[in-house]
Amino acid sequence: MLKRRTLAAAALAALLLPMAASAADPVPLGAVEVLTGPTAAYGTAAKAGLDLALEAINGKGVLGGRKLSLTVEDSAGTKDGAINAMRKLIGRDKVVALIGPTLSNEMFAAGPVANARGIPTIGTSTTANGITDIGPFIFRTAMPEADVIPVTMRKAAARGAKTIALMYANDDAFSKSGFEVMQKAAATAGLQIVATESFASKDTDFSAQLTKIKALKPDAIGISALVEPVSGVLLQARQLGFGAETQFVGGNGSNSPKLAAIAGAAAEGMLVGSPWFVAKPDAANQAFVAAFQSKYGKAPDQFAAQAYDTLFILAEAIDRAGEADPAKIRDALTKTEHTGALGPFRFGENRSPAATEGVVVLELHDGAFRIAP
Amino acid sequence: MLAQQLLNGLLLGATYALFALGFTLMFGVLRVVNLTYGFYFTAGAFLALWLTQAGAPLFLALPAAAIASGLIATLLDWLLLTRLRRAGADELASLMVTLGAVLALYAGMTAWLGPDIRRLPPGLIAAGALEAFGLRITLAQILILAACALLVGLLLWLMRGTRLGLAIRAMAERPDTAALMGIATARLAALVSFVSGALAGAGGVLIGLNFNAIHPYMGESMMLRGFVVIVVGGLGNIFGALVAGLLLGIIEVLTAGYISSGLKEAVAFALLVLVLWTRPAGLFGTTLARKA
Repeated sequence: MLKRRTLAAAALAALLLPMAASAADPVPLGAVEVLTGPTAAYGTAAKAGLDLALEAINGKGVLGGRKLSLTVEDSAGTKDGAINAMRKLIGRDKVVALIGPTLSNEMFAAGPVANARGIPTIGTSTTANGITDIGPFIFRTAMPEADVIPVTMRKAAARGAKTIALMYANDDAFSKSGFEVMQKAAATAGLQIVATESFASKDTDFSAQLTKIKALKPDAIGISALVEPVSGVLLQARQLGFGAETQFVGGNGSNSPKLAAIAGAAAEGMLVGSPWFVAKPDAANQAFVAAFQSKYGKAPDQFAAQAYDTLFILAEAIDRAGEADPAKIRDALTKTEHTGALGPFRFGENRSPAATEGVVVLELHDGAFRIAP
Repeated sequence: MLAQQLLNGLLLGATYALFALGFTLMFGVLRVVNLTYGFYFTAGAFLALWLTQAGAPLFLALPAAAIASGLIATLLDWLLLTRLRRAGADELASLMVTLGAVLALYAGMTAWLGPDIRRLPPGLIAAGALEAFGLRITLAQILILAACALLVGLLLWLMRGTRLGLAIRAMAERPDTAALMGIATARLAALVSFVSGALAGAGGVLIGLNFNAIHPYMGESMMLRGFVVIVVGGLGNIFGALVAGLLLGIIEVLTAGYISSGLKEAVAFALLVLVLWTRPAGLFGTTLARKA
């Protein structure tokens, strides 16, 4: 009730107020994030990053002093929720650009709505294949796994690995596509693949595959699976006598604090690529981490960092566009050159990230990730 | 490499056999398709986890968890199946009741504790491995082999060499006649529930120790293999469960090691069909599924 009355009052106030000069109006932007439900952690982190960036940007404004006004709508993690939120933002709030939705599934459903209305939309956490194929107005700053794994493989090769064995869960689409990326990336990095073994995600026994691999004495073992089976493989590999001379390499599934919690000392030395890392030493990242820490009293995660950078990228594009016009902002976005918490950033031909300089390779050491030396 | 693969198969098979011992006892003697069996396995692992986290050494936590699991099994069996037994309900009824109960128990446990994988405290058992003739075996694995051999021996002695075993076998054969002969069948059924629950709990501790992965659904993932082992070994046949468990483990490992890791289940379960096709009562079964 209260909400409706407030809305009515706001609408009345808007009618009564004399029309301000459009050059001083805030630039209306919208974001669609999961703020409720089981995946709310991702959307909430993204919103925190956006709010922090908004404060910083509105310190001096865009287009010579205009502020940004950002309306964040909850998608509740559903396709319908994301579509409704987008329609509301485009129709009611007349936003000129959108950030989100949080999940790839939501983007596949809601992206076409924004694309059809010609509103540039940037996904900050949508890593699935084919996101930007939705249309020319869909961008993403989230780095797909296909861009991260090659950096990790190059690191393994630089550490002296010449041969590699690959293991993957063959009953899970995510693990299988990660494996295909690993296969290609290993070959590109000059690693010879000596064995390919599969298992099921729920397996607890990997001794047959590991014994076979051990006889081939590869320098490295790449594992594409979710963190639980990866931990199982590592634990059993240590039982079978794999030591520090074998370099274990993980995909995105291994980029989780659960790895150390489940596998413990067995995960020591494993390499994992990540688009961002809290302890990345460059100035832009440290400034972001410090600002986030002082505003929210806790360390940011990857989703906050991606959202934070994305709002800066969007603000700079609005400046370059010269006016708050969706089509001009879209064109300006394609010419992005930004250095933020994620490192140097630009969009490629397909409006996905083109630069991988920001990818950090992490190594598990004493139960925590650190930047791989 | 063949020797190590055979050892891997033996170890994996021992975990299957260890899991199946109590299951085949419950199935063969109580004539109940009791699907709550997997839950006692989970319960044993969690009890040992909490005990060892509280500082108890393994040689205390293992029997304590086994006894507690046995008590849980006795209680649940009484709670779920007494009415059905009294009414003389058929196997389908007990199957449905225990299926419902075990799903509720797993889901309740997941809601309470979360689905995360837990580990027993590191250092609970020496992590090193023995190495000889190019073979490696860890202490936890030796413990599983020893426990498996010891428990099979004990159970065979109990069933074949004692008056209690005679009474249990009489009850398995014909419960009503056994009752007429003065055997306290209700008390005996409770005892069998306790023993099989305790075996499940001990299996949960040892297998949790070896794979270092304790989670609410760990019993459920063993149930399919458990079924295969007791059916191939012959329902209620303890020696059969041991042989079938070892065979299944060795076949899975050799398939993964020498044919393809993607085919290990296909080959193992195709052999199951083949066994049942030629010997419907299982490798060591004498009568056709003893009506159970």
